[in-house]
Amino acid sequence: MSNKKKKKLTPTQQEYQALANNLEPKRPVMANCIKAFLVGGTICTLGQGLQWMFIEYFNFTEDTAGDPTVAVLIFISALLTGLGVYDHIAQFGGAGTAVPVTGFANTVASASIEHRSEGYVLGVGGNMFKLAGSVIAFGVFSAFVVALVKITIKKLGGM
Amino acid sequence: MLKGHQTWVFESKPVIAASSAVGGPFEAQGALAGDFDKLHEDIWLGQDSFEKAEKRLLEEACEVAINKAGLKKEDVQFFLSGDLMNQIISSSFTARTLGVPFLGLFGACSSSMEALSLAALLIDSKAAENALAAASSHNATAEKQFRYPTEYGAQKPPTAQWTVTGAGAALLKGEGDGPRVVAATIGRIVDMGLSDPYNMGAAMAPAAVDTIQAHFRDLNRDITYYDIIATGDLGRVGHQIASALLVKHGLEIPPGIFTDCGILIYNQEQPVLAGGSGCGCSATVTFGHFLNRMRKEELRRLLIVATGALMSPLSYQQKESIPCIAHAVAIEI
Repeated sequence: MSNKKKKKLTPTQQEYQALANNLEPKRPVMANCIKAFLVGGTICTLGQGLQWMFIEYFNFTEDTAGDPTVAVLIFISALLTGLGVYDHIAQFGGAGTAVPVTGFANTVASASIEHRSEGYVLGVGGNMFKLAGSVIAFGVFSAFVVALVKITIKKLGGM
Repeated sequence: MLKGHQTWVFESKPVIAASSAVGGPFEAQGALAGDFDKLHEDIWLGQDSFEKAEKRLLEEACEVAINKAGLKKEDVQFFLSGDLMNQIISSSFTARTLGVPFLGLFGACSSSMEALSLAALLIDSKAAENALAAASSHNATAEKQFRYPTEYGAQKPPTAQWTVTGAGAALLKGEGDGPRVVAATIGRIVDMGLSDPYNMGAAMAPAAVDTIQAHFRDLNRDITYYDIIATGDLGRVGHQIASALLVKHGLEIPPGIFTDCGILIYNQEQPVLAGGSGCGCSATVTFGHFLNRMRKEELRRLLIVATGALMSPLSYQQKESIPCIAHAVAIEI
């Protein structure tokens, strides 16, 4: 916790938080990192395998094979979300399932399923990007900033 | 009758004529499955939304309690109930089904004992001859409202708890046989500045300790008076912290007496992290497990301290800390 936040607490609150903090089990960061590496690595290996398959058997090039590969991963992720398996894999894999495209597909699929009971328009449509929305907003904005940087450097004669 | 600062002693000792507990599939695999009157394999309970499923759980718990007491639903004079949903829809919609005078309560997970203590007060003050107290929670509705979609893959920390899918109800009467509600201590808000919704046990533990202290101070009772002192849903993390705090305040409860409904309800092997939580946790464990044990005379004196975290999904996004409360009810046979 930041010091600024701590200053607002009364001495009793600070004392209690120190006591509670000692008794709370901590997130097993090291074990989580290893699990995330293994699970995330497996997903990426699967993606690599798919890309190879599309190049080898379906006449895609290295440049164009990315699209069908991502589509297949999204499909698998949405399917596993619908079958109720994905959240269990995620509890084990942590960031390993959140970072690849499968995590993004899961946010959209899970929110859609969850709000099906409120109807297609207000429920599914209105809530589909509830979690994914901020990823899209900040992702697009970051891409815009990076593009600006690239253009500026190019104009200045770099690259 | 008020005793001390915040404790009611019920002179007429209202009787819990009948009680019930209804649970979901996860509770059916739990350690206390045998104490439920009804267990459902399907978390949807055949309904088309989770919210309707929770309402059905509460309706069933009320039906079972009313039937066990040998009454019809129109004989119930007052219905007091609470749950975790926005605008306590599960309780209000169940009250619509029952069609009896209704007082809706919100004390988050402490609603079960808030309802029981107020029902006992109504009977003790002769404002009612009978009253039905109930509370419910549903894992999927709570996740949907307070956290993320149920199928969303977020890794929860070891301090997180599992919301119980269940409802409990108790029908109180002025006279008859059975466990009796003898006293209740109404808690005050305690906020230790914690704001992590994945660590409710630590947030609520000080509120439980505050109410337990107030109870023993107001009644001037020895800590060994009760056979069991059970908190509502502190879970393993909160229970450990509450035990440490009690020792610090010179109120050491002997081992075997102090326990927690959120620890009792599930098996060690179930993936519930720190334990159970929700209104349904204290409601089903008290109105099912503990009252069954009292009727078998395994327990004679019981103190239930139901804890509640009174935050909203908006308040924690706005970085507010979590105000917590605990209400204690003493039941004897």
